[in-house]
Amino acid sequence: MAKFLLHRLYIAILVAITVSVIAFSLLRLSGDLAAELAGEDASEEEIAQTAKQYGLDRPLYVQYFDWAGDALTGDLGRSLFTNEPVVEMIFERIGVTIKLALYAIFVSLIVAIPLGVLASVRPNTLIDRMALGIAVFGQAIPNFYFALLLILLFAVNLRWLPISGNDSFANFILPAFTLGLGAMPQFMRLTRSGMLDVLDSDFIRTARAKGLNPRRVLFKHALRNAILPIVSLMAVVLGFLLGGTVIIESIFALNGVGFLAFESIMRQDFPVVQSIVFILSLSYIVLTLLSDLINAQLDPRIRLG
Amino acid sequence: MSSDTVLEVENLSVDIAVPAGTLHAVSNLSLQVEQGETLCIVGESGCGKSITSLAIMNLLPRKAKLTADKLALEDRDLLSMSESEFAKLRGDRIGMIFQDPMTSLNPVFRIGDQLEEVYIQHGKGGRKEARERAEFLLEKVGIVAPTERLSQYPHQLSGGLRQRMMIAMTLMCDPALIIADEPTTALDVTMQAQTLNLLRSLQKEFNAGLILITHDLGVVARMADRVMVMYAGRAVEIGSAEEVFDMPTHPYTQGLIDCIPVPGRTEPGSKLGSIRGIVPALVGDLDGCMFRNRCDHVSDPCLSGDIGLTEISAGRAYRCHLSPEESKNKLSVEGAACP
Amino acid sequence: MPDTIHPNGLEDQVDEFEIAVPSPPELMRRRAKSHRGFIIGGSVVLFFLAVAVFAPVLAPYGPYDQELTKRLIPPVWDAAKGTWDHPFGTDALGRDYLTRLMYGAQISLMIGFFAAAVSAIVGSTIGMIGGYFGGRVDNFIMYLINVKLALPGLLVALSLVSVFGGSILALILILSFLFWDRYAVVTRSVTQQIRVNDYITAAQALGTSRTRIIIGEVLPNVMNQIIVIASLEMAVAIIVEAALSFLGLGVQPPTPSWGLLLSEGRSYMFFMPYLINFPGLAIFFLVISINMMGDGIRDITAPEGRN
Repeated sequence: MAKFLLHRLYIAILVAITVSVIAFSLLRLSGDLAAELAGEDASEEEIAQTAKQYGLDRPLYVQYFDWAGDALTGDLGRSLFTNEPVVEMIFERIGVTIKLALYAIFVSLIVAIPLGVLASVRPNTLIDRMALGIAVFGQAIPNFYFALLLILLFAVNLRWLPISGNDSFANFILPAFTLGLGAMPQFMRLTRSGMLDVLDSDFIRTARAKGLNPRRVLFKHALRNAILPIVSLMAVVLGFLLGGTVIIESIFALNGVGFLAFESIMRQDFPVVQSIVFILSLSYIVLTLLSDLINAQLDPRIRLG
Repeated sequence: MSSDTVLEVENLSVDIAVPAGTLHAVSNLSLQVEQGETLCIVGESGCGKSITSLAIMNLLPRKAKLTADKLALEDRDLLSMSESEFAKLRGDRIGMIFQDPMTSLNPVFRIGDQLEEVYIQHGKGGRKEARERAEFLLEKVGIVAPTERLSQYPHQLSGGLRQRMMIAMTLMCDPALIIADEPTTALDVTMQAQTLNLLRSLQKEFNAGLILITHDLGVVARMADRVMVMYAGRAVEIGSAEEVFDMPTHPYTQGLIDCIPVPGRTEPGSKLGSIRGIVPALVGDLDGCMFRNRCDHVSDPCLSGDIGLTEISAGRAYRCHLSPEESKNKLSVEGAACP
Repeated sequence: MPDTIHPNGLEDQVDEFEIAVPSPPELMRRRAKSHRGFIIGGSVVLFFLAVAVFAPVLAPYGPYDQELTKRLIPPVWDAAKGTWDHPFGTDALGRDYLTRLMYGAQISLMIGFFAAAVSAIVGSTIGMIGGYFGGRVDNFIMYLINVKLALPGLLVALSLVSVFGGSILALILILSFLFWDRYAVVTRSVTQQIRVNDYITAAQALGTSRTRIIIGEVLPNVMNQIIVIASLEMAVAIIVEAALSFLGLGVQPPTPSWGLLLSEGRSYMFFMPYLINFPGLAIFFLVISINMMGDGIRDITAPEGRN
């Protein structure tokens, strides 16, 4: 178990370093940074001087280590646009994004797991087909279009919910629902197929042969086994949702990291973009490590193996 | 039927819907098990022996349809019971041990939980009594340090130990009938004998009826009071263990017995008997003797019509149109030809 | 007991016990014909394809023809203002909406298809190499896949588009970068399974080169999976292209991408909801039918992996 986790940690660190290199290169891809910093009608001399001032005349790898060193101490540089420290900009907004992602995953799980279980218990019946239909719908509807439909229906026609803003819980309902619908089909399918596999297994037959009541067989013996892959998927999806907030936050004007990323890309503010890419990657890496830990806790074969 | 009869089955049939039609997995099967008695059901894979056990447990897959004239456990009519009433009997009055101990226990729960759960579910007592009962039974099945074992997970135990856990689990509520479906097939040879001995001694001690399903005549010889030979979903021969081994009447039983080497009689290096051909597909309307494509004594009466069970004496019957004498003669001729 | 000779000439009796088993291609054809999802999905995809290919012939106008006097005409079923001249109405610049939707199908299908194809080639190659060679090579490839999974794909794609621009070629390449990993994961594990088979060992013993073994022996075995993933990824690629264009970081105006149509229609959606509903539903139906077709292909080629 310790060996397993150490190996995972080693891979995670390797991946994190690579990601930081990629994020760093993203900034360089965007063109001549010094020219950008010096302003639009700066002369060659001024540009050269700016380059020197910011250390941009040094070899790239030196610049990378410089940046990475700063990043380790929590300094991700300043925005080209507002000149604010990037770390502050992100931390002001990350709460909104985390809240949104968590609500979304909650919405999708609360629909997907019961639906997946029901579908697996009664395969090829009406309820199974309905579950599949919802999954197919959720997979095929573009979330930006679905978001607009929700706005039209609930915010404009029914006037139940606000269109945009990020002050209250009500602001999160539509975005969370939109984002959650997108993640729902994967959970539903995984729950259904996992449960079908588990329900077919010998130990479930044993549990039934013991005369346990069906609910106990289903929720204790079966779901507990089927939940293991769902935990792994949760980490992946949560990471994915954090990235997916770019679209949803810009549509609902939620002032989170996704919206910040979108704005920064639009105004070519690459120090901010690269930092967000880096932080989201890191959070994905941490989440998958966390799901490994949780799975190890849930599955004695890993914990004691 | 005597008052000691634990299980009585009359004309049990199981049909399974498959894409090609209806599969007659079990046809018109009747059997009885007395208290403390061991009935071995023997046959090759696909002959319907496992389906029979699942039918008795009411654990058939959804696609399978069960019909029977009578299905009674300790004089309770099982056919008229709802699934929830039946569930109350499973694990309590009737327990089952499955073939593969590696997959038959839930990997994410402790052994102790899985044993105690049966006891608590059937209202035999609380957590503490359940724990005591589990420890008691673990000692019975020959496990040292039961307390420690109970807090372990299935993957930490060997196959032999797990099968003992399964046996202990079946005994938690002191059942009247135990069904063991190939309980030693998945174990290695040294564990097989030990586990069978254990099963036999515990069955006698707890005075439970035992249905032992196997394809291994060696196991039958060691364990059985009575034997039922199954072929293609039907019983082809029934009788006490001695009768069936000493005077096999159905050509299939004879073939099976020819396949076992006998110490002292079978010469080293000589060829053992085998039954040629394959089991017929049991789909669609079945007519005539199911064994006819593999039998050496086929004649016109085998080709069509219903070949019923012929009773020779009480509890002794076979399903073939040859008379016991005829088949005995043919057997001896065959036996002479076979080195 | 005799083993070979059948006594009494009862061979006919034996035959009666056997069931005829159809050949695999015949089975597949039969499954395809009876698979409703595949037939419906496939037909709708073909319909969209026909519309895209024949748009220049079928479309009533040119995709960029503006008529500023005929701005925001509602669809024909609007009793007051609808007209058969513009069955699906016009947009804010007076362009025929039906025409633009038809040309939009070209963009979606082209970008979706090529993004799925390029990523299939890249991902499968990477996956087969990892699965076939194992060891250090495989470790490196697993590491590449892990890095890809860790990056927030949509965000990286948006940044790349903002750097390299929204040309169709750039979009195809950037989207390919988003989707190669699933091919790699699947082909890698399938390759690992078949690498140990006897026919691979036999080919190795004969001195067949590794490239030839991978192309000749491994690829045919993973082809079914690749096609299934490709169809599903094509659907996702179509959505992502539309999303990028919707955010203004994909196909640039005035090119009629469905995502762009949605984003242009957004300002008028409270009064003219058809401006978002037509392109939205177009994406939805194209994607859902591609998915149905992909699920169908999976069921038809490998029915045992259905759930």
